[in-house]
Amino acid sequence: MPVALFVPCYVDQFYPDVAIATLELLEKLGVDVVYPQGQTCCGQPMANTGCTKDCAPVAHKFVKLFADFDAIVCPSGSCTAMIRHHYDEYFGKDDSAFAHVKSHTFELCEYLHDELRIDHLEVSFPHRISLHQSCHGLRELRLGASSENMTPREDKVRSVLNLVRDIEYCELARRDECCGFGGTFAVNEADVSASMGRDRIADHVSSGSEVMVSADMSCLMHLQGIIRRENNPIKVMHVAQVLMGRKIAAR
Amino acid sequence: MKTLPIVDHPTAARPFVNDRERSHWHDQALWFVRSKRDTQANSIPEWEYLRSLASQIKTETIANLGAYLTEFERNATALGAVVHWAADAKEHNEIVLRILRDHNTHRIVKSKSMLTEECGLNHFLEDAGIDVIDTDLGERIVQLRHETPSHIVLPAIHIRKQEVGETFHKHLGTDKGASDPKYLTEAARGHLRDKFLAGEVGITGVNFAIAETGGFVVCTNEGNADLGASLPRVHIACMGIEKLIPKFENLSVFIRLLGRSATGQPITSYTSHFHGPRDKNSELHIVLVDNGRSKLRHSDEFREALHCIRCGACMNTCPVYRRSGGHSYGATVPGPIGSVLSPTRDSSSYKSLPYACSLCGSCTDVCPVKIPLHHQLLAWRKELVGENLLPLSKRISMKAASILFQNPRLFMAAGWIGRTSLKMLPRWTTHHRFNTWSIARELPEPPKQSFRKWYSENR
Repeated sequence: MPVALFVPCYVDQFYPDVAIATLELLEKLGVDVVYPQGQTCCGQPMANTGCTKDCAPVAHKFVKLFADFDAIVCPSGSCTAMIRHHYDEYFGKDDSAFAHVKSHTFELCEYLHDELRIDHLEVSFPHRISLHQSCHGLRELRLGASSENMTPREDKVRSVLNLVRDIEYCELARRDECCGFGGTFAVNEADVSASMGRDRIADHVSSGSEVMVSADMSCLMHLQGIIRRENNPIKVMHVAQVLMGRKIAAR
Repeated sequence: MKTLPIVDHPTAARPFVNDRERSHWHDQALWFVRSKRDTQANSIPEWEYLRSLASQIKTETIANLGAYLTEFERNATALGAVVHWAADAKEHNEIVLRILRDHNTHRIVKSKSMLTEECGLNHFLEDAGIDVIDTDLGERIVQLRHETPSHIVLPAIHIRKQEVGETFHKHLGTDKGASDPKYLTEAARGHLRDKFLAGEVGITGVNFAIAETGGFVVCTNEGNADLGASLPRVHIACMGIEKLIPKFENLSVFIRLLGRSATGQPITSYTSHFHGPRDKNSELHIVLVDNGRSKLRHSDEFREALHCIRCGACMNTCPVYRRSGGHSYGATVPGPIGSVLSPTRDSSSYKSLPYACSLCGSCTDVCPVKIPLHHQLLAWRKELVGENLLPLSKRISMKAASILFQNPRLFMAAGWIGRTSLKMLPRWTTHHRFNTWSIARELPEPPKQSFRKWYSENR
């Protein structure tokens, strides 16, 4: 069976180019990839609100749809973490379909780094970028070492970005502080969330970065909302768009 | 039981977070402490091993708590201490008051103890006519201002030195407008020295109590616990029953973790060991307090919260705490661990706290005893929904989302309507104060088509 592309709901609806870039990247690397129609959402908004009963049917639908694929690749650390770490309560211990989906769902950079083990990419991105580490990618999936934890770990997102020519990195004062999105948190705690977002943006701007790059578009959706409201010149891009050498959007 | 007022964290946090200058300063001050912690943690190659070890020791202790408590009582009694058992805050306060009455005491000096804060001891004793002096500098500042601590290790972290200057000018007679920390600290030192000399009974908290020796340890940076326990003839030590560790050698693990995690110090300035009363004319009372801890111990989901050594690292690292201030939690223990502990006391009053969290997981990674804090906060949300404590509007929107996500066609249609209206409708109909998202942010710019549409046309 081919590899399935799992596109988070908000990416499908608001950031189609992130999914297109992911698809094109996998195709470029020779992966037999398809987008199974009928997918919607992993159910994280309900689960993170505590409404697990509302999440359960969505989780079952997800596993049913993806159970037959060799691998499921998703351009989001957060949605991948939902499947890998927060689905257990909805399935029986000996549910083989779930066990397969759980162990074969990968975040995009993780898939490129661990499964495909890519060591070159013919692409250039001649810009100053700063990396926004999404909390779920970092602390749930361990795509890199979090600043709190002293266990050395390779940074998988940065490793794949290192294959892109002409990138210039800008280092942050706080390399992995939360942006304040947090799903429904962004609305429940709107003031604190916006304050966290503004602080992140200020850190990225003062690093001299032109583009904030992240493996999670949801963080960037929140940050971009603040950036546009405050007419800030910095841009946001998903890591898949950078890996495909997309042009920086006009705004 | 008296009902507590309902804490609405977003509302309580608003004045603090929207005072951008103060919030920014508070955030920077705590981030500085967090950075010091990182440097210290990084200086120990076995840091992560120590965390695992500490977690394992605590797991074992909590599992066999009853046996360790009786072992501690036996050994402490053999050393000459008097051990008291309190089921709840009320019993704890009454035990302390009875000891004070037995000694005809009216003035006590107290060093920092979050347990006595939890039990409301100060107010209880003041109502009984006892003069209570907090001797930790931060706690004294807070006490003079009739406030409560906003942080468990740095009780006055929300107050700026200029404000301390005003408070000291009013209460201690320092120069008006003076805000030099050294000058103010000297003034407090002089003021507290007199109080120490006049104190008749000293009350301290306990950082670690050791079952095999019957001794206990108090960690401070100011030496106030030592003065408070050494000058008066009677020493009362108040501790939650989870403060126990089995063996003396276990201390080496916890002492290495505590100072580094709390303030980024290799060790606190004073690590004082108490083994029974200091001489035959003195008394040592140890009050062991449950106050909900046994209930927590019975919970498979939240038991690990009893590992907490009250270092405050989760507060220093929490991006929400740093920007909203400790008082916004309306609880003795604020921040991530407070948001786990408070609803165990009263889930209705504290139902907003588990949601005062972006689930970033920084607290879980920083915790020296490996409490899975952000997963516990998530577990609390599920608990609260089960108890029917989620507002109806949120329950309905989640139910609606569930239906939408179970029906791809409906999801597609809703997406199309959303994107089209965002394109067509005037801005004021989508960006207004009832759309909480849009208060500080723009909505995403709607693309021409969804990915699924693009895919069906292009592949």
